Parts: sequence; C-alpha cells; structure tokens
Amino acid sequence: MIKRFIDRAGWPRIIIALFLLGLFIAAPFVGVRVDTSLSNTLVRFGMNGVMVLAMIPMVEAGCGLNFGLPLGIIAGLLGATLSLEWNDEILAYLIEMGLRYKISWLTDTFVMNWREPLGFASAIIIAIPIAAILGWFYGKLLNRVKGDEMMIATYVGFSSVSFMCIAWLLLPYKHPTMVWGYAGKGLRTTISVEGYWLHVLSDALAIDINTENIHLYIPTGMLIFFAVMAFLVWVFMRTKTGTAMTAVGSNPDFARASGVNVDKMRTIAVVMSTVLGAIGIIVYEQSFGFIQLYMGPFYMALPAVASILLGGASVNKAGILNVIVGTFLFQGILTMTPSVINSYLQTDMSEVIRLIVSNGMILYALTRKVRAGR
Amino acid sequence: MIRKLFDIIANNAVPAVFILISAFAIPLSGYSASYLIQELLTRIGRNSFLILSLLIPIMAGMGLNFGMVLGAMAGQIGLLFICDWGIVGIPGMVLACLIGTPIAVVLGIFCGHVLNRAKGREMVTSYILGFFINGVYQMVVLYLMGWIIPITNPALLLSRGYGVRNAVSLLSIRGILDNLIPTVITGTQGAGQFLNVQGGNAFILLQMPFLDGTIRIPLATLIVIGLFCVFIVWFRRTKLGQDMRAIGQSQAVADSAGIPVNRTRIIAIVISTVLACYGQIIYLQNMGTLNTYNSHDQAGMFSIAALLIGGASVSRASIANVFAGVILFHLMFIVAPVAGKNLIGDAQIGEYFRVFVSYGVIAIALVLHAWRRNREREAARRSLRGNRGGE
Repeated sequence: MIKRFIDRAGWPRIIIALFLLGLFIAAPFVGVRVDTSLSNTLVRFGMNGVMVLAMIPMVEAGCGLNFGLPLGIIAGLLGATLSLEWNDEILAYLIEMGLRYKISWLTDTFVMNWREPLGFASAIIIAIPIAAILGWFYGKLLNRVKGDEMMIATYVGFSSVSFMCIAWLLLPYKHPTMVWGYAGKGLRTTISVEGYWLHVLSDALAIDINTENIHLYIPTGMLIFFAVMAFLVWVFMRTKTGTAMTAVGSNPDFARASGVNVDKMRTIAVVMSTVLGAIGIIVYEQSFGFIQLYMGPFYMALPAVASILLGGASVNKAGILNVIVGTFLFQGILTMTPSVINSYLQTDMSEVIRLIVSNGMILYALTRKVRAGR
Repeated sequence: MIRKLFDIIANNAVPAVFILISAFAIPLSGYSASYLIQELLTRIGRNSFLILSLLIPIMAGMGLNFGMVLGAMAGQIGLLFICDWGIVGIPGMVLACLIGTPIAVVLGIFCGHVLNRAKGREMVTSYILGFFINGVYQMVVLYLMGWIIPITNPALLLSRGYGVRNAVSLLSIRGILDNLIPTVITGTQGAGQFLNVQGGNAFILLQMPFLDGTIRIPLATLIVIGLFCVFIVWFRRTKLGQDMRAIGQSQAVADSAGIPVNRTRIIAIVISTVLACYGQIIYLQNMGTLNTYNSHDQAGMFSIAALLIGGASVSRASIANVFAGVILFHLMFIVAPVAGKNLIGDAQIGEYFRVFVSYGVIAIALVLHAWRRNREREAARRSLRGNRGGE
C-alpha cells in the first residue's frame, strides 16, 4: 500500500512534501506564524495557478513542457497595458452602448461601480486574441520542429521577450501613469495597477480574519477563478478535441492512423497554452499589484514548469491534480523557506533553494526513463 | 535545384544577415578602423577559447553544450582561491587552472551521466543542468565559502563574514596572458623596432601606414588559442576523435561497431567542461573583474550565439565557424549600441537589439536545424517506400 503510493508519487515529490511539512511544523518554534504562512501560500497559489495550468495542453499534445510561456505572458502584458491605456475610453464606450441599445442595467452608475472588474475583464478580452494569434504562429513553428520543441520554445520565449523590450520603448503609449515622466514616452519597467484592477479577484469574497490570535486571509475570488479555469481545461480535455489531443501526445502515429489531424491538434494545444499563459499573468498582476515589463517575464516559465513537474506530471503526461499539488508544494516552499530558514540561520537562502528545487525537478523529469520512441 | 539553392541559403543565412547588419551599422557608429580592429583583437583573444570548447560535443552528436557554464563555474572557483591566497601573475593563472581542472572533471562526469539518461534532448537538459549547478554554485560561494571552505581575504568576503562579494577584482592577473609578449601594430613607426607603450617596451610587429593609432595584440593569448586549434585538429584524427564522429553520425551503428557510446559521450563532455574552465579563466584575466554570480551565465549564452552566427549548426561546427562567429558577433556587439543611438537617439534600443539578436539567432539556428532534420527524415522514409506508394 505504502510502497504503491511511493511508486506512484515518486521519491522527489515525497521528499519535497516532507520538507514542506517539516517547515510548517518548525515554523512556530522559530517565531513564524503558521496562519500567515498558510495565507501567503494560498495567495501565491492563486497567483501562479493559471500559469501552471497553461502547461497542460502542450504536455498532453506531446509538445513537451512549455518553456515558451513568456510568449503568452507577453500577450497578457499587452492586454494589461492596453486596458490601462484605454481604461477611460472603454468605460465611456460601455455607457454609450447602454444608452444606444437601451440596455437598462448598463448605466453610468453601474459602469462606475464596476469599473475595476470591467477593466480587468477588458485586459483579458484584449489579451486573448493577441495570445491566440501569437500562439497560432508559435504552434505552426513547433509543428515544423517536432522532437526539439523544448529547446526551441525556450529560445522563442527569450527572443520574444527581448524583442518586446524594444517594443515597450517604441510603442506609442501615452498614459501618464505608464510612460516615463521626463521623456513622455516609453513604458516604465513596473507599472502599478492601483486604481484600476488591483486585487479585483483576490479581494472578491475574500475571507479576512484579523483578530488577536489569528490572521487568516483567503483570496476566495482568485481561488474560484482558478477553479473555474481548471474546470474548463478539465472539461475541454474530455471533449472530442481534447481526447484527440491526448491521443496525439500519447502516440502520434496511432493518432494519425485513426484519422486525427496531428498538426492541427498540436496547434490548438499551443494556442490554448498561450492563451492560458496570457490570462495567468493578468491574474498574477492583479494580485501582485504591478505589471512588470522588459526583462520581467524572462524566467517566468521555469517556476511554472517546475511546479507542474513537482505535482507529478512528466514530459508527456499532465493533469489538473498535478497542477494543484505542484503549485501548492512549490509555492509553499517558496513562502516557507525564506521565513523559516531566515529566522533559523539568519540568512536568506530562499533564492538558492528555489534554484536548486525548481531546476532539480525539471532535470529529474527530463532524465526519467520514459517510453521509447521519442 | 531549388531545394539545393534553399539549402545553400539556409546553411549560410545567419552569417550573411550579420555581414549585412554590420555593413550598415559600422558607418552609422562612426568608429575608426583602428579602434574596431583593436576591440576585435581583444575580443578574439578573450572569447575564442570558450567557443572552441563547444566543438567536441558537437562532433560527438550531442548538440550545443549548454553545460559549458559548469566549466566556467569551476574556473571561477579556481580564480577565487588564487585571489584569496594572493598568488599573482602567470603562476596564479596556472594554479587557478590546476584547481579548476578536478572540479571541472567531476562536474563534466556528472553532466555526461545526466545527458546519457536524456538522449535526444541533450540540449534542453544541459541547459537546465546549467541552472541547477548554478544553484549549487551559489550555495557554495555564497554560504559555504568563508564558513566551511576557508576564505580569509576580507576583500573577497561580504561584510557579514562569509560568502563572496558580487564583484571580485582580478587585478593580480589582469591582462597577464595578453601582455606576456607585448606586441603592437602601429601606423607611425617602422616595423621591427621597440615602442614604449604603457611603461614597457613593446615589439612592433607590423607597420600599417593607414592606421591612425597603435593596436596592441594579445599575442600570447592568440598563441594559446592557436595551439588549442592544433589540438582539436589532431584530436579529430585520434581513435577517440574518430569514435566521437562515428557516434555523432549514428549511435546505433557506433554501438554495433563496438564503440562504447556512453563512455565516449561522457569523455566528450568532460573535455568540453575542462576546456570551458580554462576558457573562462582566460576570459576573466582579460576582463579583470569577476562578477561572481553572473559571469558564467553570460559565458554560455554569448559563446553559443557567436558559434551559431559563425555559420555552425547544431550538428556541424568547424574552427573557421568559431573565428567568423567571434568577429561577426562582436562587431555587432561593439557597433549596435552606438548605431542605435545615432539612428534612433536611444542607446538602450541598440542594447536591447543586440540581446534580441543573440537570442533570436540561437532560436533561428535551432529551428533551421530541426526543420532540416525532420525533412531529411521524411525524405529517407519516402525513399524507403519507393515509387510504388500512392503518395
């Protein structure tokens, strides 16, 4: 029984889970509050969850781990910055639509009361088509380089991020909170979303207990949003298209023999991954409070990849449970190591531990003996 | 016919684009010829050795060895020790190499074993391995040095008493190999004389009347690099080199011919790692400062980009590619920021542009390689099927 569980979970996962458990147990003894740590872990879980979810379609379709996540993130960043740039115009447009088509509930008081969620929704709505277009080209590219997807994805991510560094400087953004003050052009490296859609998901229905003995904060809205996204992906993977996609990932030749268009399925998977990445970064930003441009998205793929692998996914098999377990473990370690180990050793080893754990996990997955043929 | 033309273009597209970019950017930058030549010579001396260390794994069919950063880290650890012990000059460099070698060998063996478990995706694995060992390196240098590993020099240590500073001055070995045989090319005086440069006499190798300044040549470094090139040419002809080439062609055939595939692959990685260790020491003696936590990262990325710009591919690279790559890549490196500034009025754009180009080139080279390989596989399958098939 225990042996079967160990076999199924794999040693690295168990060691890391025990390590995390140990950290939680040790926390009170070094003066770190368990409840605040747990709250932080939940917040970070919600922030990163959707980006980890973005790994599933590509892994399932046999495109490997999506090291090209920065491409989706860039689409999300475009959506986020454009929603800020056009915030007033979008709201005014909605009011005008309400007047013109006599939609009784779409009044200016409604729009003004709901301007933060509307701004957030507009960011996502702008980001999705951009992500879909980028993802389509990215998918076409990956179809031509079967077998080498992961390395190429990495460099597609890197080169798109560095290309966008030039674009952020040159694009004609005008909004005074976003561009450099003295030049009047070129976006800042970090842009605050305060006053637009800061914490719009996190604070929705949030449980915030703040008494003498207990400080607990649960970002319910963000967790629900993640649950909805996860459910949508879960449902999709069980539709006809989703099943065909899994078939392509499991055995491309067999899938083709059964009449599945392999390249088309792979393209759909890549588009989905890219769109989820775009939504993921916007969720991340509303909680984090800042849009990080330029080199910000550069290494963002690695934590997401490490999370899903930590949750038990392999290079060609991944599910929702892997995402949930992996994100929780990974973010838990990220929250707990700085606080606990710092109080114990008086140094900040969290960055080093993050590097070793996340890359060690990816390395473990890459070197695991998978079935032959690839 | 068209396919052949396409192949020729695909094989040389990257260098051609770079020659074009440079042709536009050099006049825009407004640099003088002597400045450019001086800079290029310095950079050839600085970077060639690192890039040459990539050749042997490519020969063995293991692709671009992103794991060369392991060797670079080993070299940096050697340098930290000689800085701590205060050993200067050539003995210091040699000692740094001697300390770095066993570390590089151990890391190389580890890397080789890991890559043998990940056949078919060596590149992405060695790439992640670089990050992983980077974590271990940071742990050693940031926490163990000065605590468990004895480092006593306060100039090296952080004020908290352990861990190495972010920037370490390598003044004690700075330029020591470059200036071992002081040599210049000048426009003003006759050849064969001695010229007083920087407090010492330098031998004038050549006189070129069209130059408007003096160009110092890192002759000793270039000799070392030349010797290394000879080593590679010789190595290709040895039994081991032939084995590696056979493995690069086909692992299955090599295996049935009795070549120990896994062992030979490990040897290829070990040689590459050790050479990258020496390469990084040469690189840093030229730079004169060690960025303890970043130097090795850039070493890998820039070396690989340079090699690919020189026209190499993932499966085929020659010594000529190395030098063409260094010259083209660094030419762009020198002129891009200034050209960007003169063209658009923003030096930052030129800076981002060159970062974009380095990554973009690696991406394009990898795509072209994978594309061609898949097409060849397709063609091979079609030829097996013969003409009787319906398709």
